[in-house]
Amino acid sequence: MSDAARALLPPLRLLRRPVMLGGLGGLLALAFVAALAVGAMPIPPGEVLRVLFGLDADSQSRAVVLGLRLPRAVLAVVVGAGLGMSGAALQGLFRNPLADPGLIGISGGAALGAVAVIVFGHVFAALMPMVAGPYLLPLAAFLGGLAATFATERIAHSRGVAATGMLLLAGIAINAMAGAAMGVLIFMSDDRQLRDITFWTMGSLARGGWSGVLMAAPFVLVAVIAMYRAARALDALLLGEREALHLGVPVERLKRIVMVAAALAVGASVAVSGIIAFVGIVVPHLVRMAAGPDHRIVLPGAALLGATLLLVADSIARIVVVPAELPIGLVTSLIGSPFFLWLLMRRKAGA
Amino acid sequence: MRFLAFILVFGVAVFGASANADAPKRVLALGGAVTETVYALGAGDTLIGVDQTSVYPAALTRRLPNVGYVRALAAEGLLSLKADLVLAGPEAGPPEALAQAASAGLRIVHLEDGYSTEAAIGRIAAIGAALDRKREADALIAALNDDLALVKREVAAAKSRPRVLFLLQAGGGAPKAAGRATAADAMIALAGGVNAVTGFDGYKPLSPEAGVAAAPEILVMMKQSVDALGGEEAVYALPELAGTPAIRNRRLVVVDALYGLGFGPRMAHAAHDLAVSFHPEAKFPPLPARPWMSAE
Repeated sequence: MSDAARALLPPLRLLRRPVMLGGLGGLLALAFVAALAVGAMPIPPGEVLRVLFGLDADSQSRAVVLGLRLPRAVLAVVVGAGLGMSGAALQGLFRNPLADPGLIGISGGAALGAVAVIVFGHVFAALMPMVAGPYLLPLAAFLGGLAATFATERIAHSRGVAATGMLLLAGIAINAMAGAAMGVLIFMSDDRQLRDITFWTMGSLARGGWSGVLMAAPFVLVAVIAMYRAARALDALLLGEREALHLGVPVERLKRIVMVAAALAVGASVAVSGIIAFVGIVVPHLVRMAAGPDHRIVLPGAALLGATLLLVADSIARIVVVPAELPIGLVTSLIGSPFFLWLLMRRKAGA
Repeated sequence: MRFLAFILVFGVAVFGASANADAPKRVLALGGAVTETVYALGAGDTLIGVDQTSVYPAALTRRLPNVGYVRALAAEGLLSLKADLVLAGPEAGPPEALAQAASAGLRIVHLEDGYSTEAAIGRIAAIGAALDRKREADALIAALNDDLALVKREVAAAKSRPRVLFLLQAGGGAPKAAGRATAADAMIALAGGVNAVTGFDGYKPLSPEAGVAAAPEILVMMKQSVDALGGEEAVYALPELAGTPAIRNRRLVVVDALYGLGFGPRMAHAAHDLAVSFHPEAKFPPLPARPWMSAE
């Protein structure tokens, strides 16, 4: 390599971040426009544009694009960004590529809350004013996710330190307990409730609407900012906990911040959309494969790619079985997991 | 020949137009009993879409666009069929999807819940009104009331009041028994049986002891449940029911879910069939044949 080329290297490395994030942002914008353009109702792209720019358009097209597709697409971005970035932050925290939001009990606790409302909803609803009805399930799922994460963190704590191994084990135990309690509820549920539970565990962005966006977005936003601010600390943590401590990273505080942020983001996402598998665990890997381990790229990259992936998956879910619809969790795992396997195999062959 | 055909087509078109000028022409039915009712009212040809629970008449529902499972509908899917009327059965949902579709301009008529002949007849009247087929609905309701009265008389004349247990097998868990406030409970009563399980509302898992305590003489199950368990022999081998009279005497009655529990226009015949199997000694004559009973 010539001296001139060597001199060029640092600027290239510095360029990686804007190039990666700009590219992912472009993909996201494309996916967003596509999500608004496709659906069960055949609306020509020109008509979609007229609706979006507030020009004269058919009132039904307007209702479909602005009333149905737009809130759904925005919800996909919020949920996808929350799930993707939480996955990336937790994988960084645990320095374990298998870590996903399910691991520390968030999804298990959220699922338990949701299933409890599906099975006992009529009992809860009787105790509350009517207006609370539609918010009961998201609220229970959100609180369930937070409670499970909090319990995991408390259990793992000993003398002011939460050992990573203990966190994982406590997460497994909490998940098992949530699973068992859910089993009891499923056992008690009737045919209809069973089908509602099944559909909820496969996720859907259909129910949320603008109220879902309003419920989830503040939590996801706060969490995303908190996690992004932890990017450098997570980079230091890659060297090891002790090393990070010597570098001046408040490791215990970092753990708490990342876990609370992930619980907020994932809890709010699961609350409005049900369980959407695969995004939290695989999206960070895809970003890391392309951009390396730098958390200042991986974290925002996972948010962007997670949002893109959910937009694409939701678009597919909406158009493959028209006039019916597939659960989105089914699409993400059905298409996502073989694709991920293929990527892994390719990388193995290359190495 | 061609002229004749022209007259025929033209005549039908004119007649059809004059009969119900404002009647909905593109109807989406959500719910098996709703679809059956639309068909029974002679409006089957106005159907442009159904849901997954609409399986009768099969020749009609199989060729129509299907909007999926009735409790997991998609707003844009509903809109895309360009229906001028959506008849939403009590089970149609989620409510958010229906509300979104309605706010985008879809006309949705919601039908009242309820497992009783009165509620079912109320739904038929509501569907008749929505379809602008009041006359047909009145005729259907009159025939249905006649048939139901006939079943009532038959059952009153029968001496026995067998204890009947309705079992539901959903998923892999223990079979669930139908308590009060269920479609099965209402059908058992219509057919002159006594529900063997009255301690709770809805469906609850049945333990072996509770099964023995219920001491059913007759066991009723949906065909889907029997298939899920692996056939009638598997039902007779259920530990939850070992030693009960129903098992000893091998009295399992298998019903079709929509026909037997749908509370649609075929409910009188379903109750009659059930009464026949509850009271084999009584030798009930068949109910009058009705046109909506004989679809493919």
